[in-house]
Amino acid sequence: MKILAIDTSNYVLGVSVIDGEKVIGEYITNINKNHSVRVMPAIEALLKDVDVKPSDLTKIVVAEGPGSYTGVRIGVTIAKTLAWTLNIPLVGVSSLKVVSATVGRYFNGVVSPLFDARRGQIYTGLYEYSAGQIKTVIQDKLILSKDWVQELIERDKQILFVGNDLPLHRSVIEEVLGERARFAEITELNPRPSELALLGKDLEGVDIHHFTPNYIRLAEAEAKWIEENKNKC
Amino acid sequence: MGEIIMENNQYIMGIETSCDETAVAIVKNGREIIANVVASQIESHKRFGGVVPEIASRHHVEQMTLVIEEAIKQAEMDFSQIDAIAVTEGPGLVGALLIGVNAAKALAFAHNIPLIGVHHIAGHIYANRLVTEMKFPLLSLVVSGGHTELVYMKEHGHFEVIGETRDDAAGEAYDKVARTLNLPYPGGPHIDRLAHEGTPNINLPRAWLEEGSYDFSFSGLKSAVINAVHNAEQRGEVIAPEDLAASFQESVIEVLTKKTLLAVKEYEVKQVLLAGGVAANKGLRTTLEQVFNELEDVELVIPPLSLCTDNAAMIAAAGSILFEKGIKSSMALNANPGLDIAIHN
Ligand SMILES: [Zn+2]
Repeated sequence: MKILAIDTSNYVLGVSVIDGEKVIGEYITNINKNHSVRVMPAIEALLKDVDVKPSDLTKIVVAEGPGSYTGVRIGVTIAKTLAWTLNIPLVGVSSLKVVSATVGRYFNGVVSPLFDARRGQIYTGLYEYSAGQIKTVIQDKLILSKDWVQELIERDKQILFVGNDLPLHRSVIEEVLGERARFAEITELNPRPSELALLGKDLEGVDIHHFTPNYIRLAEAEAKWIEENKNKC
Repeated sequence: MGEIIMENNQYIMGIETSCDETAVAIVKNGREIIANVVASQIESHKRFGGVVPEIASRHHVEQMTLVIEEAIKQAEMDFSQIDAIAVTEGPGLVGALLIGVNAAKALAFAHNIPLIGVHHIAGHIYANRLVTEMKFPLLSLVVSGGHTELVYMKEHGHFEVIGETRDDAAGEAYDKVARTLNLPYPGGPHIDRLAHEGTPNINLPRAWLEEGSYDFSFSGLKSAVINAVHNAEQRGEVIAPEDLAASFQESVIEVLTKKTLLAVKEYEVKQVLLAGGVAANKGLRTTLEQVFNELEDVELVIPPLSLCTDNAAMIAAAGSILFEKGIKSSMALNANPGLDIAIHN
């Protein structure tokens, strides 16, 4: 059983292969450089290094978003095409869940992952481990970081914040949540593609053709069109 | 005779996603279409009055594997029989191109077959090779929503742009004039249809540019049309849209035809190939046919409508030549929205 996991949903480019109970290869960069140019060479090099042929793969797991629209589409397009043409299952996992899973495993409290979404907004959600499994407490969404911290103020547990865009929102969080807010260390901010593979390992495959990224947001033109046409019938 | 299995045949899969069509095709020996699937998004973009890049990209992700599967099914083939994957790498909408490029890379990698990046306009020109063999030297008149070019080819894979538009592409001018006349998007076919019902009785300019130039310019013509409508409105008159369409179309076609004819004579070509979406225009087709009928030693080739608009068979046909020349792309192939055809040899 060899699973290939692909994450190109943000600046982090991650590729991993797990074989049964073992992570046999993992590649991560966190730079603002073209995913479209780099991800297939990364997959090619990693598979070669760990002696896995494309035809040996038994499953593809992809980070489905939220994140950069273009970034997510690159990963999802490759994942869909590989899974379809190799005739193996495809699984999508929330990009926010991936970055939460590693830091949350031994943390007593809830995890709030975040990706910056410009103009004070973030993509976030709330996750918590129970019985060794990561559970979604609040679904991934787009929200102003200042509104998000208000939503969290009622919670009695410690909240661990994680994500490479933390510095952009840290002061807003600290101001409102004070001591209840914890922040992950820089070594824990990159989503790990091996974690992505593990999260998707036991999930059932989706309908490959109809699988789409989770953009969370409508395309701007579409949102505008709906706004302009909502009073017409 | 028993069944002879000829394995000298070459099968190229083409993938095209540069604008609003998700297309996959399989072409045999660069000349014969085995499968040709095009999923158009036009209905989805109509309400916006034009192609919205983000929405086009989203549709491509939804359609890509479905269209690949449909092409493989139509061809009754599997990937072990495919020799290479050719894909449009540019020019076009970057987000849209990326879907085709990455799907093509995944297929080439999964099946360990060559990947070939193809120039979209080279594809439009090679659509003609699906109709008849090319005879060099040749000249191609490329007219589409994004391009108006005269391309000289002395041999396969060699492209020299001898003239191009300095402002709007012919197709763009059609769309803008259509908007002025309140015609639905895309406007080109509507103008073409109206033009046949009207009389070209409105005086509109022809941009010849400097003596000997094969370049084009359509923005002056477009402005003249808009002015003609406004001036008439101010005088309380109405210009018949049919007559305006006919006058506009006459100006565009006259410039395209005359410049092509001049280039044909200077470059002494054996063949003229019409290429691009505007090649579907009836007025242009008819005029070119009339003009070239009189020239004995120059053959005019006009592809059927289905091969003029964006499709992947043309990409496979252009990719076939690169494959024969041993030109391949690596897994680092990128989408290149401003790709230049001249360096793409
Ligand atoms: Zn085109």
